[in-house]
Amino acid sequence: MSKTAPAATIEASATPNFGEMLRKLDWRRYVIYIGFVVVFAFFAVLLRDQGFLSAVNLLNIFRQTATITVIAVGMTYVISCAEIDLSVGSTAGLSSVATAMGISQWGLVPGILAGLAMGAIVGAINGGLVSLLGIPSFLVTLGMMGIAVGAAQWVTASAPQPILDDTFNTIFGSGNIGPLPGLVLWSALFVAVGAVVLSRTKFGRQVLATGGNRTAADFTGINTKRIKFQVLLISGIVASIAGMLYAGRLQSGRFQWGTGDELSAIAAVILGGTSLFGGSGTVIGTLFGSLLIGLINNGLILAGLDSSQQQVVRGAIIILAVALARKK
Amino acid sequence: MNTPDNAVEMRSISKGFNGVPVLKDVDFEVRKGEVHALAGGNGAGKSTLMKILQGVYQTDAGEILIDGRPAAITSIQDAKSAGIGMVFQEFSLVPSLTVAQNIFLAAEPTARGLIDDREAVRRAKKLFDEMEVRVNPKAEVSRLGTAYWQLTEIAKALSQNARVLIMDEPTASLARHETEALFELIDRLKARGISIIYISHRMEEVYRIADRITILRDGRRLLTEPLSSVTPEQIVEGIVGKKIEGQLAYREREQATHDGVPLLEVRRLTSGSKVRDISFTLLPGEILGLAGLMGSGRTELARTLFGIDRATSGEILIKGKKVSIGSPRQAIAAGLALIPEDRRAQGLVLEHSVRDNLLLPLLGNVSRGPFLDLGEGKKLSSSLIDKLAVKVAHPNRPVRLLSGGNQQKVVIAKWLGTDPEVLILDEPTAGVDIGTKSEILDMIRDLASTGKSVIVISSEYPELLAVSDRVLVLKEGSIIQDLPRGDIADEESLQLAVQGV
Repeated sequence: MSKTAPAATIEASATPNFGEMLRKLDWRRYVIYIGFVVVFAFFAVLLRDQGFLSAVNLLNIFRQTATITVIAVGMTYVISCAEIDLSVGSTAGLSSVATAMGISQWGLVPGILAGLAMGAIVGAINGGLVSLLGIPSFLVTLGMMGIAVGAAQWVTASAPQPILDDTFNTIFGSGNIGPLPGLVLWSALFVAVGAVVLSRTKFGRQVLATGGNRTAADFTGINTKRIKFQVLLISGIVASIAGMLYAGRLQSGRFQWGTGDELSAIAAVILGGTSLFGGSGTVIGTLFGSLLIGLINNGLILAGLDSSQQQVVRGAIIILAVALARKK
Repeated sequence: MNTPDNAVEMRSISKGFNGVPVLKDVDFEVRKGEVHALAGGNGAGKSTLMKILQGVYQTDAGEILIDGRPAAITSIQDAKSAGIGMVFQEFSLVPSLTVAQNIFLAAEPTARGLIDDREAVRRAKKLFDEMEVRVNPKAEVSRLGTAYWQLTEIAKALSQNARVLIMDEPTASLARHETEALFELIDRLKARGISIIYISHRMEEVYRIADRITILRDGRRLLTEPLSSVTPEQIVEGIVGKKIEGQLAYREREQATHDGVPLLEVRRLTSGSKVRDISFTLLPGEILGLAGLMGSGRTELARTLFGIDRATSGEILIKGKKVSIGSPRQAIAAGLALIPEDRRAQGLVLEHSVRDNLLLPLLGNVSRGPFLDLGEGKKLSSSLIDKLAVKVAHPNRPVRLLSGGNQQKVVIAKWLGTDPEVLILDEPTAGVDIGTKSEILDMIRDLASTGKSVIVISSEYPELLAVSDRVLVLKEGSIIQDLPRGDIADEESLQLAVQGV
C-alpha cells in the first residue's frame, strides 16, 4: 500500500470533491451497462408471466449467447487493433467440420487438434496477408469468409458430420457442471482470460497502442506487424473453439454452424464500447454487449414476435445503443 | 462605442470546460488591414479564443462583432461565411486529393453541374501566382513537403474570400526563404485590407510582421499594445509571468571527461538519397546540433539512426561496438531514443491517457510475471510527470486534452523513462511556448551533464546555438561542415553556413 501512496495523493488533489468527479464521469462509456439494466428491467416487468425471470430462462440466455461471446472476445482484440475479422463465422463452421471428421478418423484428441489447427491456419493466413502484404483486413477476411465456408461445404458435400464421441460432446457444449451449463463456463473462461490479457499485460497494451496510433507505436519500438498478425491469429483460433462448441452442442460438424456470427460478434463488441476505429477496447463490455443481444432475442421470442419482427426490433435497439454511446 | 474600423471585436468572452474556466472576460479587437499578434503561454487560452472565433466552440458569455455588427458564430460554416479563415498549425488537408481539389473542396467550380477540374487548376494557379509561390496545383498533397501543405492551406483560405485570416505558427515548418515569401504575402494581404491574427512564439517574427500584440495570461487579457511601444523583454515577461534573462544564451558546460571512446560513432551511413555517406562521432556528455534547410536530410538521418528507415550501407557503433539497427526495437535496445518531429502523429496515442502513453516504451519495466504492475506503473508515470513538470490535471485523462508544450513534455518524459544513452530530438520545441522551450533546453543540458549524449535537430538557430557543443551542417544528405560551437560567431554565421555560402 505504501508503495502507491504518492500516486494516490496526486490523484486526490486532482479531484477536489465527489460532485466534481461525478460531473466529469463520462456516462457514455457505461451506456452498455445502463442499456442492459433498462432492457432487463423492461422485459422483467413486461414478461413476468411468460417466465422471463425463471432460472431456466436466464441460464438459457447465457447458453444461447455463449458461442457469440467467445467469438466476440477474440473480435475485441481485432477491433481494438483497428482491424476487422469477417471470417470468424465461417471459420467456426470449418473447424466444426474438421473436428468432426478428425474425431471419426483418428479419435478425440487428434480431432480437437484438427479443429484448432484449422483456426490457426485461417488466422495465420489472414494475419500474414494483412501484416506482411498490407492488404486491408476487411478485404482479406471477406475473401476468407467465402473460402472457409466453401471449403467446409465442399469436403463434406454439404452433409452434417455426426460426432459420436460422448466425451467430446460433454466437454464442448452439451455437458453441465453442477447447475451450470458447460457452455457458460467456456464463455466465462474466455471473458476472464481475455479481459485480463487486454487490460493487464504488455501484449494487451501494445494491441491498444497499435490500434490507437500505429505510427506512434512503431516509433515506440512496438512490432506492430507482429501485433496485427497475432490478433488475427488469436481471432482464428478463438473462432475454431467456438466452432467446436457448436459441434459439441449439436453433436455434429456442419459448414453452416456459425453462419452470420461475425456480424453478431461485431455488434456485441461495438455495443460493449470498443471503438470501431481501434485504440480502445473492453472485454467486459463485449460480454455485456453479447448478453444484451441475447436478452433482446430471448425477450422478443417470449413476447411472441415472429422472427421477421425480431430482426427489425433488434436492429433498431443496436443502432439506438451505439448512437447513445457515441462521442460528442 | 461602435468602432467600424474593427474587423473583429470580441467582447467579454468567457469560456469554461467541465467547470474549469479557460477564458475570463476577454476583450480582443483586430482592425481592418492589421496584423495582430496573439501571444501567451501554454494554457493561456489562445487556442480556445481562436476556436470560438472559428465557431468550433461557443462562448459562454460575451459577444462577437464582425465589421461592427454582432455576429452569431455557432458553427465553422458561420465563421467562414463571416469571412474568418484559418491556416491550421496541424494541417487540415485531404492527403489523397490534389492541391487544387483541396483548395476548392466543397466549393468546386462546376460546369453544367459537373465538377470542372480544369477550372479549379486554373484558379489555383492564379492564387499561387498572386502569392508568388510555385506550387503545382495538380500534385497530390501527400507527395508534397509540409511547406507546400501550408501554402495550400493559405490559398484555400484566400479562395474563400477570407477577410480575417488566423495563422497559427505559420512559419513553424517553413524554410527561411519561404518565411520571407510568406511575410511579403502577408504585406500584400494587408494592403488589400485583410486582417491577420498571427499566433507565434518567435519574437523576431512578431516584430517583423505584426502591428499590434495582445498577450493573454491565465485566461485574461494582459495587454494590447502597438509593437513599437513594447520591448521583447516585456512580451516574454508577460507570457511567462516572470523575467527570463538570456535563457537562450549558450552556457559553457562542465564537459564530461572525454575518455576517447565515443558513445556513438557513425561510419559512412547511407540511406536512399536523403542520407549520404554520413560519418561522425559523438562523445559522452556531448550535445550535437544538426542544422540544415528543410529536406537537407536531418530528419532522415535521425530516422535511419533509429531504425525507422533502413540504412543501405554504413556502420553504427555504440561505445565502440558495432550494432545492427534495422528497427526501432533494435535501436532502443542499443540505447537510442528518438523524440520524433511530429508529436501528434508519431509521438503519442492521442486518445490514450497520459499515463498509458508514458508507460508504452516501459511496459517491460512495470511487469510482475506476465501481468502489468499497475501500482508500479502509477508510481513510475507520476515520477516522470514530476521530473519534467508536466502540467496535467489527471494522468488518467487523454493526452489529447493537453496543450502542445505539455504534450511535447509527455513525449520527452516517455523516452527519458527508458534511460537512453543517446537521445535524438527532432524539432523538440516546434509550437511550444517560450517558457516550456527553456525548460526543454535545460533538460537537454542536464541530461548531457550526466554523461549521456544528445543530438538536437532544430530550425531555430538561436536555440541550436544555445545548447549545442558542436553543430553539423547538412546539405542534400551530406555533412558539409562540422563546426565546434566556439567557431560559430553568431546566428548569422550559422545561417550562412547552412545556406552553403
